[in-house]
Amino acid sequence: MGAITLDKVTKAFGTMAVIPGVDLEIADGEFVVFVGPSGCGKSTLLRLIAGLEDVTSGAIRIDGSDATRVAPARRRLAMVFQSYALYPHMSVYNNIAFPLKMAGQDKATIRRKVEGAARILNLTDYLERRPGQLSGGQRQRVAIGRAIVREPAAFLFDEPLSNLDAALRVNMRLEISELHQSLKTTMIYVTHDQVEAMTMADKIVVLNAGRIEQVGSPLELYNRPANVFVAGFIGSPKMNLLEGAAAERHGAATIGIRPEHLEVSTGAGGEWSGVVGVVEHLGSDTFLHVQVEGLGPVTARVGGELDIRHGSRVWLTPPPERLHRFGADGQAIRQAA
Amino acid sequence: MARAVTRRRKLAFTLVGWTIGLTLFFPILWAILTSFKSEGEAIASPPSFLFFHWTLENYAEVQARSDYLLYALNSVVISLGSTGLGLLVAIPAAWSMAFAPSKRTKDILMWMLSTKMLPPVGVLVPIYLLFRDFGLLDTRGGLVAVLMLMNLPIIVWMLYTYFKEIPGEILEAARMDGATLAKEIVHVLAPMAVPGIASTVLLNIILAWNEAFWTLNLTASDAAPLSAFIASYSSPEGLFWAKLSAASTLAIAPILVMGWFSQKQLVRGLTFGAVK
Ligand SMILES: Nc1ncnc2c1ncn2[C@@H]1O[C@H](COP(=O)(O)OP(=O)(O)O)[C@@H](O)[C@H]1O
Ligand SMILES: [Mg+2]
Repeated sequence: MGAITLDKVTKAFGTMAVIPGVDLEIADGEFVVFVGPSGCGKSTLLRLIAGLEDVTSGAIRIDGSDATRVAPARRRLAMVFQSYALYPHMSVYNNIAFPLKMAGQDKATIRRKVEGAARILNLTDYLERRPGQLSGGQRQRVAIGRAIVREPAAFLFDEPLSNLDAALRVNMRLEISELHQSLKTTMIYVTHDQVEAMTMADKIVVLNAGRIEQVGSPLELYNRPANVFVAGFIGSPKMNLLEGAAAERHGAATIGIRPEHLEVSTGAGGEWSGVVGVVEHLGSDTFLHVQVEGLGPVTARVGGELDIRHGSRVWLTPPPERLHRFGADGQAIRQAA
Repeated sequence: MARAVTRRRKLAFTLVGWTIGLTLFFPILWAILTSFKSEGEAIASPPSFLFFHWTLENYAEVQARSDYLLYALNSVVISLGSTGLGLLVAIPAAWSMAFAPSKRTKDILMWMLSTKMLPPVGVLVPIYLLFRDFGLLDTRGGLVAVLMLMNLPIIVWMLYTYFKEIPGEILEAARMDGATLAKEIVHVLAPMAVPGIASTVLLNIILAWNEAFWTLNLTASDAAPLSAFIASYSSPEGLFWAKLSAASTLAIAPILVMGWFSQKQLVRGLTFGAVK
């Protein structure tokens, strides 16, 4: 079991309020991703849950019982650090065995569990090595192995992939997702990379300056961002956010339209017109960076078939059902249904 | 061309290095040589360097007059005891300063260091009176305590700098893995800090071994270590250079041998953290 509840949790370092107040429910077995720009308090929030930092006020409950003042060792949570934080003086075997030794398990049980974890993580041939003799991806796997042998109530990951190269990152992302599917244990995963958040999460928590901007499934955040911040943060390339007269025409202070939702035409006319600047060919997609008269730069996605080059004139039309409207306070304006 | 320059430079550095090294070592060498001379040759002018009548009579006489082994045993007990006791106090102290610092940690470190700036003689009278009243004069326990306290700032400072080099996340990982504070220190921090702890231990053994102010003032015979053994040859019946040298040689020999065998560790320890 691993249901976690944060109740009005705040954290201040000295006079600096890093977490002004967070309420959050995490259900047992969920894969929750905390995502937000660097310095927004993701790690701090995770460390509060882990017990590595003390909350300034508020309460943390794990499976219904108050864990606010419980030592990290007794919260039954396992953490994977960005730096891996392996014990450099111990072999891989002893690294993975460490939490079991601390729990006072007998030698035979420890051996069985460590070897089981090593098999899942492809580390069987490396058990006698020191962490210093492993590649980044292998170290990451040792850190995960050390976490899974404990059979914790929940896993906490703090940007575990950010020290890996791009190809390995995609692999490890899949491995962690698979691990979640086979273990069905609660996982809380911190990242600043919205692609990781979108691809892995059951539930995404978007953080900004220590506040929760929105909580929802990846598609909820993509389709119905609650405010300008989430709209701009989720999705790649970024949603076009436009202000001024064009927005007022739609009765909003800011309007947003994703590049993949803009209708592009070369001749027939449309709502906005502009000249194509840079054209990015990705193979499956082509992105146009269009300088729209009176609006500024707008990004649009087109299929490969349109013959559009630098300097071409194009017309762009946002379909009304895909248009996001935001008020002056930055919050989404919902149609009265 | 470039090669000639580097070779010449190398030669110059080697020459300078040896000159400084030999200059520093010369008094010790002179004492060792003198210890093998007769008293007459020891004060002869001009002195002879190597071509004198080599004799062991000084060593025989020194051993006959005072029990070297008793002094040596006292030195061992006092230096190992004060260093061990110091570690017991300093490891937790340095842990908390390095990994759980408060606003005042830097001030406390500075304050500790500042106690080393006070000349020890400034507190001789109060400490002497305390020792007298508690019956600690001329006891090994008393010396262990006072030398531990004198060297504690250095032990804490050294350990603090070594601990600062250890990433805090590794200790946090141990905490998450269920280690209690004691297990975290024993199984994770201490093994990772072994090089640092080892050089701290070595340096403090040397400092305690060579300590002469407190050992001379607070001991008479029972607890007197080798520094007092040397001093006993420099006073009452006038100076006997050869016997004094023999006593000195006997006193420094163990620590010299230890220093020789552990010089790698010492150098590494003292430059630890300077280059990463
Ligand atoms: N121990 C600390 N003392 C003081 N400020 C801290 C401490 N830890 C984090 N902070 C501050 O809290 C803010 C959030 O940090 P963090 O949670 O690490 O952000 P993120 O993980 O989202 O990048 C940052 O401004 C950081 O400087
Ligand atoms: Mg972080």
